[in-house]
Amino acid sequence: MSDLLRLSASEIAAQVSRGGLRASAVIEAALARIAEVDPQVHAFLSLRAEPARRRAEEIDQRVRSGARVGSLAGVPVAVKDNLCDQDGSATCASRILERFRPSYSATALRRVEAEDAIVIGKTNLDEFAMGSSNENSAFGPTHNPWDLDRVPGGSSGGSAAAVAAGEAVLSLGSDTGGSVRQPAAFCGLVALKPQYGHLSRHGLVAFASSLDQIGPMARSARDCALLFNAVAGHDPRDATSLSRDPRIELAQLETLPDDLRLGVPRAWLGEGLDPEIRSAFEATCARFEACGAHLVDLELPDPRHAISTYYILANAEASSNLARFDGVRYGHRAEGVHDLHAMYERSRGEGFGPEVKRRILMGTFVLSSGYYEAFYAKAQAARRLLRRAFDQALETVHAILIPTAPTAAFRLGEKSGDPLAMYLSDIYTITSNLVGHPAVSFPAGATQEGLPIGMQLCGRAGDERTLLALVQAHEGRHDGVGAARSAASPVTGLLGRGPAGEGWR
Amino acid sequence: MSRESSQANRSREAQQEAEQTAARLAVALSSWEAVIGLEVHAQLRTRTKLFCACSTAFGAEPNSQVCPVCLGHPGVLPVPNREAVVLAVRMGLATGCAVRERSIWARKNYFYPDLPKNYQITQFDRPICEHGEVRFAVAAGPRSARLRRIHLEEDAGKSKHPEKAGETLSRIDLNRCGTPLIEIVSEPDLRGPEEAYAYLAALKEILEHTGVCDGNMEEGSLRCDANVSVRRRGETALGTRTELKNLNSFRFVEKAIIYEILRQIARLETGGTIEQETLLWEPALGRTRTMRSKEDAHDYRYFPEPDLPPLIVSPDWIAEIALALPELPEAKRARLRRAYGLGEGEVEILVRQPEVCDYFEQVVAGGGDSRLASVWVLTELVGHLNRLGRQITDSPVPVPEMVALLQRLAAGKLTGKLAKMALEEMVDTGSTAELVIQAHGWEVVSDDRAILQFIDAVIASNPAGVAEYRAGKDSNFRWLVGQVMKLSRGQVDPRRTEELLRQALADPDA
Repeated sequence: MSDLLRLSASEIAAQVSRGGLRASAVIEAALARIAEVDPQVHAFLSLRAEPARRRAEEIDQRVRSGARVGSLAGVPVAVKDNLCDQDGSATCASRILERFRPSYSATALRRVEAEDAIVIGKTNLDEFAMGSSNENSAFGPTHNPWDLDRVPGGSSGGSAAAVAAGEAVLSLGSDTGGSVRQPAAFCGLVALKPQYGHLSRHGLVAFASSLDQIGPMARSARDCALLFNAVAGHDPRDATSLSRDPRIELAQLETLPDDLRLGVPRAWLGEGLDPEIRSAFEATCARFEACGAHLVDLELPDPRHAISTYYILANAEASSNLARFDGVRYGHRAEGVHDLHAMYERSRGEGFGPEVKRRILMGTFVLSSGYYEAFYAKAQAARRLLRRAFDQALETVHAILIPTAPTAAFRLGEKSGDPLAMYLSDIYTITSNLVGHPAVSFPAGATQEGLPIGMQLCGRAGDERTLLALVQAHEGRHDGVGAARSAASPVTGLLGRGPAGEGWR
Repeated sequence: MSRESSQANRSREAQQEAEQTAARLAVALSSWEAVIGLEVHAQLRTRTKLFCACSTAFGAEPNSQVCPVCLGHPGVLPVPNREAVVLAVRMGLATGCAVRERSIWARKNYFYPDLPKNYQITQFDRPICEHGEVRFAVAAGPRSARLRRIHLEEDAGKSKHPEKAGETLSRIDLNRCGTPLIEIVSEPDLRGPEEAYAYLAALKEILEHTGVCDGNMEEGSLRCDANVSVRRRGETALGTRTELKNLNSFRFVEKAIIYEILRQIARLETGGTIEQETLLWEPALGRTRTMRSKEDAHDYRYFPEPDLPPLIVSPDWIAEIALALPELPEAKRARLRRAYGLGEGEVEILVRQPEVCDYFEQVVAGGGDSRLASVWVLTELVGHLNRLGRQITDSPVPVPEMVALLQRLAAGKLTGKLAKMALEEMVDTGSTAELVIQAHGWEVVSDDRAILQFIDAVIASNPAGVAEYRAGKDSNFRWLVGQVMKLSRGQVDPRRTEELLRQALADPDA
């Protein structure tokens, strides 16, 4: 693997814009790396090799002519395949959209390109972002680059694996209940779920509109902030996007709040939490204390209530959002049917995978007459209570520290037969989606087996800056995945010491 | 039998049938009471759709006014049209509704090919306007109906099923999809077809008058569903209702309601019961058929639209919209009668044509006599404009020129005939009253000596006519006046001419 891919995004952009590094060279290195490892990792569903090469040449041309280039000049970016791409696809890893060609590009995608990043391909995901392992992809699962027998997490597993395997330097995922944070934890990356409304959802194929946020994934807090800055901000095409400018001055990542206080909901660290994750958590707490943070015990509502609330609301919205995939105008249409209802039933029956069907059924049920009050309305009320409890807690602390997931990456097939067990892997992440506030996952050690462990900071409304500053401070005291094994698989062997190790920042 | 006579027979039969139906209805309603509520969908007069920038123009090439948003493509999001909100609030204010400062968009979920998202964005439990009232009049006197609510929603597309080579094809036009509508729901306050008709007419008038909707039922800008039930007179509980759909004209609304009232009464009187169901009016057959029964009723699974924040209409915004609200038809009628002493016919014309009314009122305000102005604007000027195919807002005769003309007429400086000639020329050339009159020397001759010269000439050249008059044939007088007018090219003062002519004819020496 080329050393170019070990450079940070800000370093690549800086060198490319100065003419010291050609964007074309970076792209060739990334494409070579993809050719080398993606047959095993399967992070990508489609590549944009030729358009990426043309973009790179065009950027190099502009640099040579002395023109200004963007803040992500020449940086190879992988984009989750549920973001519409006018020049490519938006399959959502579903048969129903396998051959769909979007007629426009998502705002986030247009914005990264406007900063001269180069989209090299579209990444694998759980079908319609429904899942926590990437095993729900209709086109086969992505493998965790740290251990190819394990899942990369989900649903943005392809975006996480692509960066972890050195196939891209940055990636965009989407996070409805933890879908950028949990895969980031499993793959040893930094991933931000922004404040709801800070990133335009225009062009993101909706799973659950009130929870979905696009999230940047990177190998460091600084790169994560760089990508966030490129895509964040108001978009007139999204009525739920906020008007304030959420972008972060990178220099501000160097400073932490005075009298820094971090909340720890001790009661959340019980049942189901892997002992190795727990001890990594305690070590992380100690490092933050060494940074000057004062740790405060917090009482927060039982996260199991959040799970129930989440699966009612998310599936209700999904049942409606996915109604448009009916075979009438685009997407898969069943052959040989002669009446409308048969066309609906067969097209959807053939087009959707089992997890998507399960969620549509659950969502339809909780909205049905006679059940709405008992399920949907109650979940809405629970969501309001949760938001209030979180806001109250965040009045006394700058952020809440918890693990990202109760375990490290599990084995392929280990949980795919047990949806409830799978849903529990979101237990620490979904609250931030229900509340709407930002949250970040960052690498904080490895298991005995050498698998990455991720920790999570959940912040105050609209305050991505403090979260990323905390992650950067933590990076200064810890080398991320650290002692993760170096030669366990062909892919990680090439990765060397790990994302936050020497040569990565 | 000839075609003409068979047609005449048919229309005679239709009239007889209508009379029989009216008689049956009168009998039925002597012991029963009809209870009717209307749900009216009005298309808002916005340039663009409710959640995207596509045009709302009617009659374009199918599927030419669409974009990823109204086509329901993956990843698109709705962004509300501010003007649609203004129009909905305006209608709410015009009907005395309370405007909700924070209303909620909702999704109504059902699968249909002309509904691309397979849900409609509408409002459900928190609509933008509630608790209004519409006043109207029937033969028996003034009435009113309460409005339960007015809510905003997007329209669906149109499905067509043409036959081709013996096969039925399905065609979908999504141009209309996403067009902004308001649904105006009345309480069940209407007590028969006449009231339903009059309510609908009053509603249409307010919609048109406030510029909220063009009121065109043929193009589907205004659509009506009716909820109908009956109960024995004196009862207070409501009977089981049926919902009538496809009432695409005022006549259909009336006919379908009459049909349904008679059907329900006949059924109840023979010991039957009414099923709660949705019925489709079939105009060609003059009857309804079941569209869906209660068991088949959709479960629309309404829930708050997560792609849209609550719709906030601030008190300041409401006040701004209220300030721009035009005078409403009922108030305007009363004022026109009171202020200008106009008759019913003239008032109706002015209420129906606000631009003509504005012109008229400006003429009066500029110093024109209101009686003269009503004739000269409503009949003469409008007649010329119709001839030229022009609108009054585009009148070649500006208000001050009309005032100048009418003031000359009122002062007796111009005869009616001359004024008509002057107006025609003003319309055709765009010239001023003064220039036209000067150019032709169209000054009224009121000098007795000058008039007498014309009279003498007429008497001298019409000895027979004069003789007949003197012998008692009074009708010759008007003819002789006409001769004088003709000879003077309409310039003599008509009243003085008559006086002088009578004197002259009475004088045998002349």
